[in-house]
Amino acid sequence: MLEESTIQRVLAAAASRGADFAEIFAEEKRSSSALLDDGRIEELTSGRDRGAGIRVVVGESTGFAHTSDLSEAGLIAAAETAASAARGSGTGTTIVDLDRVNAPRPNLVRIMPGDVPKAKKVELLLMANEMARAEGAAITQVSARYADSHRRILVANTDGILGTDEQVKTLFSISAVASGDTGMQTGRESIGRSVGFELFDTYEVGDLARTAAQRAITKLAARPAPSGEMTVVIGPGGGGVMFHEACGHGLEADLVGKGASVFAGRLGEQVASSLVTLVDDGTMGGEWGCFAIDDEGRPAQRNVLIQDGILVDYMWDGLRARAEGRASSGNGRRQSYQHLPMVRMTNTYLLGGTSTPDQILSDTESGVYISHLGGGQVNTATGDFVFGMTEAYLIEDGRITEPLREGNLIGNGPGVLTSIDAVGNDFAMGGPGTCGKDGQGVPVGDGVPTLRVASGLTIGGTAA
Amino acid sequence: MNPEELQQIADRIVSMAEPGEQIEAVVAWSRDTEVRAFEGEVEHFVSADSAGVGIRMISQGKQGLSWAGVLDDAALKECLAEARDNASFGSEDPNAGLAEPDGVEPEELSLFDERLVHADTEEKIRLAIELEAQVRAGDPRIFGIESADYADSVMATALASTTGIRRSSAETSVYLGVYALAGDEEDTTTGFGFSVGRALQDLDLAFAAQEAVQRCVRLLGATKAPSERLTVVLHPYVTSQFLSLIAEMLSGESVIRGRSPFAGRVGEEIAAPSLTMFDDATDPLSPTASDTDGEGLACRRVPLIDAGVLSGYMHNAYTARVAGTNSTGSAQRGSHRAAPGVGPHVIKLMPGDLSAEEIISQVGNGFLVHDIAGLHSGVNPVSGDLSVGADGVRIRGGELAEGIREVTIGSTLQRMLGDVVAIGSDLTYFPWESTGLTLAIADVTMSGQ
Repeated sequence: MLEESTIQRVLAAAASRGADFAEIFAEEKRSSSALLDDGRIEELTSGRDRGAGIRVVVGESTGFAHTSDLSEAGLIAAAETAASAARGSGTGTTIVDLDRVNAPRPNLVRIMPGDVPKAKKVELLLMANEMARAEGAAITQVSARYADSHRRILVANTDGILGTDEQVKTLFSISAVASGDTGMQTGRESIGRSVGFELFDTYEVGDLARTAAQRAITKLAARPAPSGEMTVVIGPGGGGVMFHEACGHGLEADLVGKGASVFAGRLGEQVASSLVTLVDDGTMGGEWGCFAIDDEGRPAQRNVLIQDGILVDYMWDGLRARAEGRASSGNGRRQSYQHLPMVRMTNTYLLGGTSTPDQILSDTESGVYISHLGGGQVNTATGDFVFGMTEAYLIEDGRITEPLREGNLIGNGPGVLTSIDAVGNDFAMGGPGTCGKDGQGVPVGDGVPTLRVASGLTIGGTAA
Repeated sequence: MNPEELQQIADRIVSMAEPGEQIEAVVAWSRDTEVRAFEGEVEHFVSADSAGVGIRMISQGKQGLSWAGVLDDAALKECLAEARDNASFGSEDPNAGLAEPDGVEPEELSLFDERLVHADTEEKIRLAIELEAQVRAGDPRIFGIESADYADSVMATALASTTGIRRSSAETSVYLGVYALAGDEEDTTTGFGFSVGRALQDLDLAFAAQEAVQRCVRLLGATKAPSERLTVVLHPYVTSQFLSLIAEMLSGESVIRGRSPFAGRVGEEIAAPSLTMFDDATDPLSPTASDTDGEGLACRRVPLIDAGVLSGYMHNAYTARVAGTNSTGSAQRGSHRAAPGVGPHVIKLMPGDLSAEEIISQVGNGFLVHDIAGLHSGVNPVSGDLSVGADGVRIRGGELAEGIREVTIGSTLQRMLGDVVAIGSDLTYFPWESTGLTLAIADVTMSGQ
C-alpha cells in the first residue's frame, strides 16, 4: 500500500516535535452488499474507503489526524497535524528501521468475494426468500442481506514495527415476520465468518431461512415471559453475548485503568464459579473476530482471562500496555483509519465443561431456557448488564415447555459469574456480532456451551 | 470544502447520466475536532477532514448504489460505474424512482454558525478540561471520570439528481459531554451529562457537569425492588427514546412492508386522547432540525397522531409512491453510504400543562424512570413487545422515595400509548431525532426480585 521509505519519512514528520510514540495506520477497504425485501432485490451497494490515520503520543497525550490522501504530501500533512495535536515541545527527526511483523494468517480465504459474480449473490437471497416463505402461510414478510468486505491494513510505528494484514469477511442474514391472531412476531438468523464465498459451501442459506421462519412462527404461540429472578439455562452457541457483556467489557484495560470496571484491582482473585474459564482469542481461524495482526500491528493472541474462576489478566492495547511496561495482548482494534485504536475483544468464549446438556436441563426444576440471545449492553463500572432474549422457553419439571415472547434479561456481572453452577460439554460458537464502544463498531465472535445460572438473573417479562 | 464545491461534484456526476438513467448524487464533507480530557490533561486530540460520495442509480425500474470515501476523479468514475453495474442486478419495481420536485420551498434555517469556524483550539481544550474539573469538584463522592469530551463538526453536503433537485447546505455542531463515576466501598454509580449547540457560545458547561453529578449521586444506595405492576413516570430523556420507537413504527417503510402494527389504521384511535404527536422537522431550536430531507425535498411538519387518532405516516418518495401518496419530506440518510430510508427529524408530543413535580405528586404511587438500558435488544418494533432495564426512584405518596436499580420495565408499545395518563409541559431537546417531556404511563410491569 505504501513504500517503506515513505512510511519512514511520515513517521519522522510525526515525531518531529518530539514524541514517545508515533504510528501510521493505512487502510483500504472494499465492501459490497445486496438487500432483499418484500420478495424483491431492493438494491446492490458497493463501497470503497481508503486512507490513513496518524497517531502521535507525547507523555499521556495522544494527537490523531486522518486523511484520505495517501500521497506522501498528504500523509506528511496529516502527520504534522497529529504532532501539533499531541502538543509535543521537543524535537525529533529519527528515521526508524522497520521490521516486518511475521504473524500467521488465521485461515486461508479460498474464494475472494470480489471474484464472485453478483448474480450468484443475488441468487442466494432469492432462494432464502423462497425457503423462508415455504415454511408456512404465517410468514408474511422476509428480508435478507448478503454482505462481504475485503480490508487491507498496514501498520508501522516508531517502535520499528511494520505489519500488514488482509481481512476478508462474508455475512448472510435473514429476518422473517410471521403474522397470526396474536399479532406479528419476528425471527432472525445470521451467519458470518472471516472467510470468502466458500462460506456457502459450509452453510446452506435454506437452513438459515428455515431457522428464522420457524423462530417467528414459534413465537406466535409464545406467552408473555414471566417477571422476576429465575434460574436460567443458556443453550450452546446462542448465549455467548452474555459473557461479552457480563464480564468481557469489564476486563478491558482502558476501562480498568480509569476505575470504570467492577473487576479493577481483582487480579488473582476468585471472580467466578470455578467452572468458568473465559478466553479471548483473536487467532481462531475463520471466526468473525479473528485477524493476523490487530490494528496496532500486534499479532493476534489467545488470552486466558479467567481460569477456573480466578481472574488471570485483562485485555490490553498498545497504549495501556506501554503505560504498564508490559506487552499488548493483541486487543488494539479500531473501526477504521478514521478512528483511534482502543482495547477491544476478539472472539470471547467460555470453555466447555463436563455435564451433558440433558443432565443440566433435567436437573433444573423450573426456570427459563434461552436458546438465542440478541444484543446487550453493560455498565462496566457497576457491572449491571442487560441483553435481549430472542428465543426462549419455559423450563418446567426439568423439561423445555412453552415458548416465551421477547424480553430483556438483566443481571450484575460479578453476581452472575459466581452463580454459574453447571457447564455443558457441547461448546459452540455463536453468530457474528458487532461490538460497539465509544462510538466505534468492530466485528466480534463469541461462544458458550450449555450452562446454568442458578440465581442473579432477572427476566424482564410482562406477565404479572 | 464549501457547499458550492460539493454541488459542482454532485452536478458533474449527474451530468454523466445516460439516456433512461436516473441518477442521484450526494456529496458530503466534514471537519471534526474531538478533545478528551483526563486528570487535567489532554488524553487525546483528534483533528480530521473527511469526505464521501454516494450515488444512487435507477435504470429500467432497478436500483443500484455505490459510495466512496475519496473524491478524486478516478474514484468518482469507478463509483458511478459500480452503481450502474449494481442497478442491473436489482429486481424491477414499477415504483422505483427518485424524488421529484414538489414545489414546497425549504424554510430558511440558520444551522451554520460562522463563529465555530473561527473558534480557538485552546478554548476547546479548556472546555474539556474544565468540564472534567467541575464534575470532580461537584460532589465528594465522585471518584472518577470515564470520559470528558469536547467535540465539534463543520459539515457541508450537496445533492443533485436527474429529476432536477439541487440542494446544498452547511451546518455546525458542538458537543460537550461527560461520563462520571461515583460511590464508596459498597456501591458504584455512573452518570452522564451533556450540552450541545452550533457554536461554543451555546454550550452550558455548568449544566452538563451538574447533570452528570446528579445522575451519579441520586442512584447511590439504590437497590433492586420487588416485581409489581405500577405507573411509570418517564424522565424526558427516557420519553425521547420511547418516542423514537413509536416513530419507527409510523415510518412508511415499516408500513408498506407489513412490519408495523399500525399499518392500515389511519383514522383509528391508537393512543390516549390526550396524546398528539408530530414531526416538527424545521423547529430551529432542535439540534436535529433540517431544511431538506435525504432526497433534497423540503422538510415540513408531519402530523402523526392527533388527539389519540392515527393521522398518517412519514414517507420518502418511494414509500409514498407505493402507498399512493406524496413524500412528507421524511427521507433519512444515515450517511453518503446509505440509501435514503424513512425517519423523523424532530419528533414531538404536544406538551401538557403539568410540571414534572405535579405529575409525580398526581401519580402518587409509581416509579420515576431516569434511565433505560437495552433498548435495541429489548424492544421489537414489529410486535411492539418492550422490556428494558431501568433505574430511577420510587414514588410514594406523591414524593420521591428510595432509589431503584437493576429492574426491568415491560409492556407493549401499543398498550403504553393507550395507557398514557399525564403529559408534562417540560419539552426538552436532545441531539437525536426525538424530543422528550415527562410522561406518565399506567399499568407497566416492573420486574425485580
